[in-house]
Amino acid sequence: MQFGIFTVSDITQNPTTGRTPTEHERITDVLTIAQHAEEVGLDVFALGEHHNPPFFSSSPTTTLAYIAAKTSTLQLSTATTLITTNDPVKIAEDFAMLQHVAGGRVDLMMGRGNTGPVYPWFGKDIRQGINLALENYALLHRLWREDFVDWEGQFRTPLQGFQSTPRPLDDVPPFVWHGSIRSPEIAEQAAYYGDGFFANHIFWPASHTQRMVALYRQRFEHYEHGTAEQAIVGLGGQVFMRKNSQDAVREFRPYFDNAPVYGHGPSLEEFTSQTPLTVGSPQEVIDKTLGFRDYVGDYQRQLFLMDHAGLPLKTVLEQLDLLGSEVVPVLRREFAKDRPAMVPDAPTHASLVEARNAAAAASSADSAPKGAAFGAAAVKGA
Amino acid sequence: MTTRTLAVVSAGLSQPSSTRMLADKLADQTVARLKSEGIDTTVETFELRDVATDIMNHMLTGFPSPRLEAVIEAVTGADGLIAVTPIFTTSYSGLFKSFFDVIDSAALAEMPVLIGATAGTPRHSLALDYALRPMFTYLHAVVAPTGVFAATSDWGDAADSVKTLPARIDRAAGELAALMAASDRSTTVRDPFALDRPFGHLIGGLAGE
Repeated sequence: MQFGIFTVSDITQNPTTGRTPTEHERITDVLTIAQHAEEVGLDVFALGEHHNPPFFSSSPTTTLAYIAAKTSTLQLSTATTLITTNDPVKIAEDFAMLQHVAGGRVDLMMGRGNTGPVYPWFGKDIRQGINLALENYALLHRLWREDFVDWEGQFRTPLQGFQSTPRPLDDVPPFVWHGSIRSPEIAEQAAYYGDGFFANHIFWPASHTQRMVALYRQRFEHYEHGTAEQAIVGLGGQVFMRKNSQDAVREFRPYFDNAPVYGHGPSLEEFTSQTPLTVGSPQEVIDKTLGFRDYVGDYQRQLFLMDHAGLPLKTVLEQLDLLGSEVVPVLRREFAKDRPAMVPDAPTHASLVEARNAAAAASSADSAPKGAAFGAAAVKGA
Repeated sequence: MTTRTLAVVSAGLSQPSSTRMLADKLADQTVARLKSEGIDTTVETFELRDVATDIMNHMLTGFPSPRLEAVIEAVTGADGLIAVTPIFTTSYSGLFKSFFDVIDSAALAEMPVLIGATAGTPRHSLALDYALRPMFTYLHAVVAPTGVFAATSDWGDAADSVKTLPARIDRAAGELAALMAASDRSTTVRDPFALDRPFGHLIGGLAGE
């Protein structure tokens, strides 16, 4: 199972000091945070995409390419890549390029975004959000798998004999997750392609996530990619920890109370009881996170949001230290217990290359020698 | 015997409130009219004041608390709805509107609705037809032709003595009862994850479905 962090790249005032970091400070802080994720033993770093302040991350592959050069094992992903307003041709090219420079340590998560004006800024209609996500991904999927693509759709200039470049590393496209909070169409899309489904589980009650994941698993089996238990599921989560639970609550409360997403609404206590947010000791984080498996089944990837709401860099790095030293080692051990052997790990470039080669070997074994020596051809020859 | 469920939503703020009194009278008369048609009615009444904080939290966070979710489920799953608000500053109260703002915009489609309102003077009565009725029309609810407005004077000796409040209530209740008798909303299963079209159609036939 993979553990990691994701960031939405918000530039938020620290409510305890009144200071807002500059864009440059926040960008360099996130680069530091990503590298520290590898240092503390995490597997994945995922970066969001936005095209308006107070966010900085309009150019995720540039950022991820730098992090790739500074790390050696960290899997680089997105949270999310806007499949609605980006040109699928550019996504195909940017992420194939990133695969090459990162030595294959790349996957990505498709999302529709939550900022209405992004659609008109890129010449799109938000009412077509789902249709854009479906058509654009259908094209992207082909661009990575077919050398020359003829294409005509509703939303993009037609293509005749187009080849996106560079080709994916080893001719194996990056693994794709589809993220959605509430659209069954996206769970269906992930299931149809046999891709991963990521439930951004933060800010929402567990009962809702449970239903969306159950739908995805059922449809994954329907499309014959494996059993429902073998579907590839990722979850978000959000935690703030101190050794002593009361210290965590006291320190995090001003950030919670003023956070852009839920600030000035429910109390910290109401929110932690209704959503996966955990504020407390490392043991409390372990207990709550292990509980996720009870309602989504054995899953493949757990990402935590650690750096938003104006938390200073020093605090975030301390949080990563706790996550890496006290939480994730226990989660790895406990999640491995009673995990059925048939439940796969999250696909990586290496595992996808291996699967592709195994399938190729199986199909060539099917055709040539076996047919002549033992099959119908041998009988006919005798 | 046939049964129906009736949800009653009151946005009155005081205790007791004339808005709640009007809501109860409309509900009682609707139950009586359904009874005369041989239909038993289960009534569930909700004071929005009880979930006022939950409504605003939902607006801020995007999801309902368990307590508010139970109210929304009961209201959207009923066979009929009586919705009554005080008129504040020439329109429905902010609390009343906020409740309907956080409900899914498709959840009240085809819902039989009886609208009611209260205010200090009869001069606000038109708010029923320029504020409440268009809101429910937008939500594709089926609004009974008669809405019932009760001014403070309607509860005392300055009331309209020709078209009396009880007569208006009875007329409106009869209209709602007829709509509810024909409604089977509470017995239909609504799947929040159902797709509008098969997935193959969604992606232009690529899925082969």
